Amino acid sequence: MNLMMLLEMAVQGFGDRVAFVNGQESLTYQQLFDAARQAGAHLRDSECEHLALLDVSSLALPIALFASAWAGKPFVPINYRLTDVEMDALLQRIQPAFLVTDQARIATLSGAAAVAPMERHAFVDLARAGGTAATTDWPMDPDEIAVLLFTSGTTGAPKAAVLRHRHLVSYMFSAVEFGAAAADDVVLVAVPPYHIAGVISVLSSVYAGRRVVQLPNFTARAWLELAQRERVTTAFVVPTMLAQIVRELEGRSCVDLPHLTALSYGGGKMPGPVIERAMALLPHTEFTQAYGLTETSSTICVLLPQDHRAAAASDKPEIRRRLTSVGRALPGVELQIRASEGRVLTPGERGEIYVRGEQVSGEYVGRGSMLDDQGWFPTRDAGELDAEGYLFLEGRADDVIVRGAENMSPGEIEDVLVRHPAVAEAGVVGVPDEHWGEAVAALIVLKPGASATAAELQDWVKRHLRSSRVPQLVRFASELPYNETGKLLRRTIRLNLAEAHSSQSLIF
Amino acid sequence: MSQYKPGVRLRSAVCTTEVVVIAVPAGNIALSCGGAPLLGEGDTAAAGVVLDAAAAQGTLLGKRYTNETGKLELLCVKPGAGSLAAAGVALVVKSAKPLPSSD
Repeated sequence: MNLMMLLEMAVQGFGDRVAFVNGQESLTYQQLFDAARQAGAHLRDSECEHLALLDVSSLALPIALFASAWAGKPFVPINYRLTDVEMDALLQRIQPAFLVTDQARIATLSGAAAVAPMERHAFVDLARAGGTAATTDWPMDPDEIAVLLFTSGTTGAPKAAVLRHRHLVSYMFSAVEFGAAAADDVVLVAVPPYHIAGVISVLSSVYAGRRVVQLPNFTARAWLELAQRERVTTAFVVPTMLAQIVRELEGRSCVDLPHLTALSYGGGKMPGPVIERAMALLPHTEFTQAYGLTETSSTICVLLPQDHRAAAASDKPEIRRRLTSVGRALPGVELQIRASEGRVLTPGERGEIYVRGEQVSGEYVGRGSMLDDQGWFPTRDAGELDAEGYLFLEGRADDVIVRGAENMSPGEIEDVLVRHPAVAEAGVVGVPDEHWGEAVAALIVLKPGASATAAELQDWVKRHLRSSRVPQLVRFASELPYNETGKLLRRTIRLNLAEAHSSQSLIF
Repeated sequence: MSQYKPGVRLRSAVCTTEVVVIAVPAGNIALSCGGAPLLGEGDTAAAGVVLDAAAAQGTLLGKRYTNETGKLELLCVKPGAGSLAAAGVALVVKSAKPLPSSD
């Protein structure tokens, strides 16, 4: 088993179809296959042990991913927004490595890591210079490493998650039907290559036979323009992207995306008001929410279009609430909620989410497998299941606020705060407190032109939740800290508010 | 009769079919296509072997073929005129559970 097998099948089935489009450049499936062979041979003959991609999306992405698979050397996409020092540290962990990047980056490489850099266009040219001899001599051991992905490190130094060919191929089998795309299906990909969704979108689009249109630098305006011009039928966005798209659409007199039949989203918590507005603004578009992790080869749960519709139309609170769930497990994926001492919990009880399935890797370089002896992976995400298997996320297990003897999730309080008419965004954390152990603290971004006092917002929370949930500290800011793929950086908020809380405690 | 490992690529002796072994039970198993044993790398077809008309329903690209227990799974990476069997029993297409695209 090798990822190249997926591309070989695509060439068999629809080799002349356009596979990837970036600006004026494009590749058919056959051209992609030939380029992967050429670049793969180059990589195999080199001393390099990894192929790193330190760049935005371009045609170099699918070529590099499949060339790695062909050569049997792991593909390592790296976050291009890291500082030079952070980047050097990561490159040293994968040296000697072939590095595809941009010209400006090549000029600033320190030389601390043993890398053979090549500019993105030169790499594509090298890959496309060859002939078309048909061979299929890639390694077929399912246990070979396909991809190393550095996790975003919101809780510490990045860990290198290991994804083997068998994990990614298993995911394709359970989530994608081969060749299912219609000839005019076009997917718009705006997530960066170093995000698991950026890697998976290449594979699932190839396996389904979709045409991929790449958007290297996301803005809501560029996304909408490309969606219209390229007649995009499906797209994946992270929550912050959808929030920006909604904001852009609100300012327009008419919303014209007649071809966009499906929009999926994931990668973070979606605020209820954003998805509700998006559904209202795009009534002909079906929405699917995906929940997954790097360590699980992406999606493990989906909230389907019919779930969205049923929840939005229902007046039963337990059904309506499902709009804020991440849906149910994919076929072949099992979920468990466990208490901190390991007991398996029943529906309605909150605990840590565990997952099991063939697509679940749960392995890091240098640390080995995190799976227990039954194959379960602890996600470090907190959540609960309802009676029908819908999963509700409560944030990272580490983010749970313990006030007195009571555990509470920041998400529950944030959900209430963002329903206040003056509030645009809310970040809730636990801060150290002498009396309670932890106190609830909130950082609020108000809507443009709107105003609200801390006391008003505390009163608002008190009207909707138990009084223990009321933030003792409310602070206002012009924006919340997010990482570049839209994950809220609670650690940063916690640091700021902890300081404010300790000085407030002194005053009162 | 041979033992197989996941990831192994096999080809038909009598048509264009090629498959990759996705899952396989332990022990010896007789895999065939079009009535003739599937060939591994370096194997050559027996002289005079032809497509058996009783095993000629054909294979479809991208379909996964499985047996009754579900423990055997072959992925068709090149289609052909023969049909797949294990110990003489025809394999069936593994039913897909299509979901809307989430990525």
